[in-house]
Amino acid sequence: MDQHVLVVFPHPDDETFGCGGTLALFAKSGIPITYICGTLGQMGRNMGKPFFANRETLPKIREAELEKACKAIGIRHLIKLGLRDKTIEFEDPEPIVTRIEQILREVRPSLVLTHYPGYAVHPDHNALGGLTIRAVSRLSMQDRPTVYAHAFARNCQDVIGPPDIVNDISKAADVKYAAILAHRSQSQVMLPRDNMLQRESFWTYRCS
Amino acid sequence: MNPIERSIVQPALDSFLNQEVYLHLETTNGAYAAHRQESKMTIGAYIRNGRISYIRGTITGEGPYRVGLKMKDGWVYAEGLTDFDLEQEGKLLLAGHDEEGRLAVALELSLEPFEL
Repeated sequence: MDQHVLVVFPHPDDETFGCGGTLALFAKSGIPITYICGTLGQMGRNMGKPFFANRETLPKIREAELEKACKAIGIRHLIKLGLRDKTIEFEDPEPIVTRIEQILREVRPSLVLTHYPGYAVHPDHNALGGLTIRAVSRLSMQDRPTVYAHAFARNCQDVIGPPDIVNDISKAADVKYAAILAHRSQSQVMLPRDNMLQRESFWTYRCS
Repeated sequence: MNPIERSIVQPALDSFLNQEVYLHLETTNGAYAAHRQESKMTIGAYIRNGRISYIRGTITGEGPYRVGLKMKDGWVYAEGLTDFDLEQEGKLLLAGHDEEGRLAVALELSLEPFEL
């Protein structure tokens, strides 16, 4: 199977903060990346610092930031699901799972990156991660991609153990930083901290 | 948005009196509040495109400000409002930002539905 990475996250900037370095390294080695972004982060409270967005202008601003960040990372194919921030867990799951399943069958990814259901803090993360896993589980065993799940809940390692994938992203630190800056409305109050520019960690998810 | 001036916001509130208007009302302390500090709860509520009509609407306080909209059968209330925006025709946006510029509360009125 040709290599192709499919990324599924709910908010513009999830792709950058959680796995921007990993994605940049894939892109650099010529592996195509498709990104399914669930919402436009319409309900975020960060408006820039000093704030330049408001509740009504935020979606368009974040959409433009998303496209800029994708360009920086090397994501060429962006699919916007058109859902609304904070509402994914309340939607009828079936149409969303079916849509993701269709995309999986079209793109035939070798690897899927999404949030680890239950351990990704934001209800949208947990919900869309869960829907993505359900969609992957609908594929036959031989068609299933590897799934890297991103988890960052406090003490999540007590339950799911340490991550089995720890990527050194220092060679892509500048690209990740550029993508972080592209998400200007969100990153001005949340500049890189800890090891965000050195390492990114994932758990290989076993789909039942 | 600009810092609230009551002398501008009060007439704007009056302009929506006694007609059906669309309401966006929310408060949030951020989706990661509990994650960042265990003692904190994550709190948020919003209504988007609620339809209301009010018979009296008033902004009070010395900043941050409070707004109360008296309806025939109830009230709409927000406090902690710091900034306003009247750039779009038929829309009044009010928001309260914390010291980091993060939105903590919003009260918006519009003659047309807000975008979904």
